[in-house]
Amino acid sequence: MSDDVATLRNLTACEIAGKVARGECTARALAHAYLSFIEQSEPKLHAYLRWLPDSALSQADAIDRARDAGAPLGPLAGVPMALKDIFVTRGVETTCGSRVLSGWVPPYQGTHAARLEQAGAVLLGKLAMDEFAMGSSNENTPFEAVRNPWALDHVPGGSSGGSAAAVAARSCAFSLGTDTGGSIRQPASLCNVVGIKPTYGRVSRYGMIAFASSLDQAGPICQDVRDAARVLAVIAGHDPLDATSLDVPVPDYEAACARGCKGVRVGVHRAAMDLDGLDPEVRAAFERSLELLRDCGASLCDVELPHFSHAVATYYVLCTAEASSNLARYDGVRYGLRVQGGNLLDMYENTRAQGFGAEVKRRIMLGTFVLRKDSYQAYYGRAQRVRTLVARDYEAAFARCDVIASPTSPVPGFRVGERVDDPLAMYLSDVFTIGANLAGLPAMSLPGGFSRATHTRPRLPIGLQLCAPRLAEETLFAVGRSYEAATTWGQDIAPGARI
Amino acid sequence: MTVANVLERWEPVIGLEVHCQLKTASKMFTACGFTFGADPNTLTDPYTLGLPGTLPVPNRTAVMFAIRLALAVNAQIHTHSRFARKHYFYPDLPKGYQISQSDAPYATGGGLEVVLPRTGERTFVRLVRVHLEEDAGKNLHLLGDEVSLVDFNRAGVPLIEIVSEPDIRSAEQAGAYVRELRTLIRYLGISDANMEEGTLRCDANVSLRARGTEVLGTRCEIKNLNSFKFLEQAILAEIRRQADILGSGGNIVQSTLSYDTAKDVTRVMRSKEEAADYRYFPEPDLPPLVIETEWIDAIRDELPELPAARRQRYRELGLSSYDAGVLTADQELAEFFDAIDVEDVHAKKACNWLTVELLGRLHADERTIRDSPVKPPHVAEIVMLIEQGKISGRNAKDVFDACYREGLAPREIVEREGYTQVSDTSVLESVIADVLREHPVQFAQYRAGKHALKGFFVGHVMKRTNGQANAQLVQQLLDTALGTS
Repeated sequence: MSDDVATLRNLTACEIAGKVARGECTARALAHAYLSFIEQSEPKLHAYLRWLPDSALSQADAIDRARDAGAPLGPLAGVPMALKDIFVTRGVETTCGSRVLSGWVPPYQGTHAARLEQAGAVLLGKLAMDEFAMGSSNENTPFEAVRNPWALDHVPGGSSGGSAAAVAARSCAFSLGTDTGGSIRQPASLCNVVGIKPTYGRVSRYGMIAFASSLDQAGPICQDVRDAARVLAVIAGHDPLDATSLDVPVPDYEAACARGCKGVRVGVHRAAMDLDGLDPEVRAAFERSLELLRDCGASLCDVELPHFSHAVATYYVLCTAEASSNLARYDGVRYGLRVQGGNLLDMYENTRAQGFGAEVKRRIMLGTFVLRKDSYQAYYGRAQRVRTLVARDYEAAFARCDVIASPTSPVPGFRVGERVDDPLAMYLSDVFTIGANLAGLPAMSLPGGFSRATHTRPRLPIGLQLCAPRLAEETLFAVGRSYEAATTWGQDIAPGARI
Repeated sequence: MTVANVLERWEPVIGLEVHCQLKTASKMFTACGFTFGADPNTLTDPYTLGLPGTLPVPNRTAVMFAIRLALAVNAQIHTHSRFARKHYFYPDLPKGYQISQSDAPYATGGGLEVVLPRTGERTFVRLVRVHLEEDAGKNLHLLGDEVSLVDFNRAGVPLIEIVSEPDIRSAEQAGAYVRELRTLIRYLGISDANMEEGTLRCDANVSLRARGTEVLGTRCEIKNLNSFKFLEQAILAEIRRQADILGSGGNIVQSTLSYDTAKDVTRVMRSKEEAADYRYFPEPDLPPLVIETEWIDAIRDELPELPAARRQRYRELGLSSYDAGVLTADQELAEFFDAIDVEDVHAKKACNWLTVELLGRLHADERTIRDSPVKPPHVAEIVMLIEQGKISGRNAKDVFDACYREGLAPREIVEREGYTQVSDTSVLESVIADVLREHPVQFAQYRAGKHALKGFFVGHVMKRTNGQANAQLVQQLLDTALGTS
């Protein structure tokens, strides 16, 4: 029972649940260890928007009592975790990283928080994010920008930057993020952790604040593939409160981790490797990863994604259109920020002018424009048609292979402030991840090596992305675990975990 | 210029958009309940208030109700339709958009026949479409108060919108169309369809064109007409307004208007240039609305007899179009009528007793047919007692009165009051002989040609028999006795 604090924080979620179930450590000791580290590290990391010592400890105590009483424990019993602040938590302020929702305490519980609680996970707090999940660096925030635990002057990626940084720094055992265009995978890549965006509809969206409803999916960010399998199994499955959630049984993802990747056909979209702005180190790491996959028993083949180059533009038409609609409700009438004005219109304008940050406003304006009667067909209508073409590209590619591999992010990471004035460069961070969102496919990012330290850049993590056909998450877990077992990169601990 | 003058030159072309609130236990996209008249903001939930993270889930009963209506108006039901978001900012609209249907409504086409009660003239009004959507809440502006309040109880309640083609040619027809729709909706049991409570709402599109031309004029839309009276008045006012403009050589500007009930004029709220762009796009939170053919068939099998069929059946029973219309317009009245056993009873007579005598009494007492003390078998009985010569027409009204007062069967009243009619010829002949003997002067005058005195003798015979004489028989016997036949 006397594992020291650092040791407890080195355990994976699956290891923690095992130890708690066997009585080798208490949920309270675990929660305490994490909370102490949060206190200590947060002034430098800024991964949390708020943490909840009282409720976390009382949740932990309830787990310990249940165990003492011999009651059955959930698959995540006693595991300290945290949620991106996009997830609705009853009784706990939920802001979606925006001033417009400051002070909003939800009166209802979202499906994600409810299912994790049911599984015995202990909620440590709410994690920082780009405002309304719009961004790739966590700099789009009225609060402190999250720092990358691998290099504190670097961004952790976004929009689930707090979720990835917290796992990398071991200030929670796992977290949930959300992914609309890469917001789980890109920060997972930049922080050297495992992140999975499930098939659209695999995980409920009830209680996940909407950015772009047809693209948004929640998923786990974890220390390794097996943890991701376990957490996804807990949050996946049909939800009667989400009409787009799929009514399909959830397979045994943990069992899939042991399948190996012998005979798996890995597709590579070679044309994408000529992309301007693809960092040579990222490219080199990717080629190394392909060799490793082959060593694990996979075969490689080339695939074509003819509409790949249109994906980013298509995505930014669709996601801004949906965002302009989803964010219409923040009007100061019912909840969150209200800035008074002389009349109704003034109140709307003042509230939204002061409540939203620059990037959110930019996207609302773009989205409002593309949905105008005069521009709808030229933008939204055309983007929907291209989206269909992108989805067909993947269908055709998956006739030849079982997974498509690519880098997750074209660059290993960048410094805080480096790209804030160049939204287009920022948008290109998503070039490899957006296709899976447009096509509704599952995709995973896992630690895929490191860049070499140079005099201009520190050693930074590089992610490998695997994308599978609809509902083929098991393939991702099988290939991902195989690859992970053949590498050591994932076991490297970030300096930020020892602040 | 009077409307009559206007109409000589111009032909009004009118199309209506009718919103009907569906009477489901819960709202369109959430399990939150709804009833009319509850305290403000007591019927809300996270979805109704548009809280972040909430999602819509369609209400199957609302879709079923919508299918009933589409079937009843012979619209084409689409197995795949789509919800769309319609955006505008207003405090009573919690999400900043309304979930509606735009380019892919669940039903298109169809129509209904409208009969003008005054003339019996029939018109077929075609429908463009019917679609499903959710209602908004209500803003409350308290007089003298600095603030407005919002009640979200109504937000999210299911609505169907029924859009007609511009097939209506007068305010009267417009009223008849909405009444017909209201009757139909009530028959289907899908809504109270009450304009005063707002469960039926109407917008009217009005344009004028020179008589004899086919080209449509520019239309204007009058919003929020919340009673039959105002619907017809507003259309007339708009016809006058447009005729004034056209008559003085002006052009109609497409615009949205409101009707000022106090001044009886329509006023422009905004022109087309200022019209809102609702930025419709397919609702990403909802998959396409799929309506299986088997489901449509099952709903069709359970439809009640619809007003048009019922009116036809009544006409075939020998009722006038007017009577058939009166009975059919009120489903409960029609059901009351149907419960009168018309195989044994002359339908026309039963209808008269029902619509004149019973409704007259109920109306005077401000009661409805539902709590009528007189039941269908009673009406059948009274008609039968007269037909069989058991009571006189005069006594029948007294019997009916007693029946209405006490709720007893006519037969019981007749027995108790000794109202049985005298049809015995010998008895009546002797009474007639007595009356003639007692009034020799009048008898002589009659024989001298003053035939109007016949009524005088009938009166005396009835008086002597306490009104129980068979009036028809008395007439015949008197004719014989007076020597006029």
